[in-house]
Amino acid sequence: MTTLKRTPLYETHLALGARMVEFGGWEMPVQYSGIIDEHNTVRNVAGLFDIDHMGQIEVTGKDALPFLQHLLTADLSTMNLFDAKYAVMCYADGTCVDDTFVYKLPGAKKAEVKYMVVVNASNREKDFAWMRAHIAGFRVAIEDVSDQYYMLAFQGPRAEEILQKIESFDLSKIKYHTAREFKIGREKGWLARTGYTGEDGFELFVPIKHGKHVWDAILEAGKEAGVKPIGLGARDSLRFEAKMVLYGHEIDSHTTPIEAGLSWACDLNKMFIGRDCLLKRKLEGVTKKLVGFEMIDPGIARNGYEIQKDGNPIGIVTSGMPSPTLKKNLGLGYVPPEFAALGTAFDVVVRGKPLKAKVIKTPFYPNRARNKKTQTLVGQI
Amino acid sequence: MSDKPITYKDDRKYAESHEWAKQEGAVIVVGVSDYAQNQLGDVVFVELPSVGKHVEAGKPFGVIESVKAASDLFAPISGKVVAINDALSADPALVNRDAFGEGWMIKVAPSNPGEMNKLLDAATYQSKIESGAIH
Repeated sequence: MTTLKRTPLYETHLALGARMVEFGGWEMPVQYSGIIDEHNTVRNVAGLFDIDHMGQIEVTGKDALPFLQHLLTADLSTMNLFDAKYAVMCYADGTCVDDTFVYKLPGAKKAEVKYMVVVNASNREKDFAWMRAHIAGFRVAIEDVSDQYYMLAFQGPRAEEILQKIESFDLSKIKYHTAREFKIGREKGWLARTGYTGEDGFELFVPIKHGKHVWDAILEAGKEAGVKPIGLGARDSLRFEAKMVLYGHEIDSHTTPIEAGLSWACDLNKMFIGRDCLLKRKLEGVTKKLVGFEMIDPGIARNGYEIQKDGNPIGIVTSGMPSPTLKKNLGLGYVPPEFAALGTAFDVVVRGKPLKAKVIKTPFYPNRARNKKTQTLVGQI
Repeated sequence: MSDKPITYKDDRKYAESHEWAKQEGAVIVVGVSDYAQNQLGDVVFVELPSVGKHVEAGKPFGVIESVKAASDLFAPISGKVVAINDALSADPALVNRDAFGEGWMIKVAPSNPGEMNKLLDAATYQSKIESGAIH
């Protein structure tokens, strides 16, 4: 068994009463005060997440843009400096290597840019190897800089107001899916109005040695408002309600972004690895579609449970839990398109018993960050 | 929850799978330990057998679900279920609030009362948890 990696805040989490679990090769806090309490804190106030297990891969060089255009589904050519964009990295057959967030930032020298590709913890090595395997013909340098930055998320309706107490720059100027650089000591980091909760808020990339300092400063600034540290348990329930996909659940090497409802992140007018297969699926139709459902019978759907119609297997649950915000037992899963219409009834097999469920509208919880009037994102559905 | 110290009660016996069994007259009351509820986090669903069903020591008799996961409940003793805690269907968080009291799960008429002797006393159960022998 390999040793689990720990973030520099490991001891801090223990002191805050966290229960630690293994996640993607890391020993991470799953909860502090309790998943439901933490979930509600993010929905109502703001919460602070240690997400340093996420990987950051830096791409620089003359061909950085064409290289990433070749590897990622989204059109990055329209990105301005400091823009952030969601994109999927696909295999040639259109299935997913990983999903990523790309930041376009100033490079080391004037007039140069660098791209930071933020990837999932469990896929970090695989993603880096995949990128390196496709480097031939491109004048680029790729470097895994994950250990140089501490990644934190501060999310919730009051995140901006509270973070503003310790940040001199006017945060209201940072629009949805844009970033800004900051200096701490002699080093640079960046923060962006991005997140994985369905709430407004920020993700921060802090030079590693200042990680604990920034963590402590945010918790202190938010103490009066009721800001709390948030574990991976609530991170999952928050992203689930907002129907943000999780690698290994909604997307993986057996699923394409088209089936996962991520067509908005795929620009099929440009060439990239997997594009032809995605186009084919788009034109010919998919055999499965990601839907959201509500349990009608009492019971909780979980990842891997079978979905049936009249006793015949038709699909599989990818995520399911009681929604702390909606107070209903909800789920996400794949079914053939003919069973994907709103209101369609099917059964989820819970411990051998088929329990009634029906397709409902997603996201279960509307993305409040995207709905802020500062947002300028075009092309999202 | 996690900010309160874990409690152990020495008026009952424990299984390594974290259920407790307490003699009350002719029946054995069964629930999960304070340690178990703390590890699970917010309990959101408890599935119990119907009254009259036979449960067997060491075998699953029900399921307890937290936000994150579903876990089996294992019977600490064998026998017939004579009562179930109906309050848990409306308020499963009773298990979190009062694991040793109002969060009880089933009452069993034991078919082999001697099985109680195979269970752990509170001190042994606590030391096994604290030494990491059981999780």
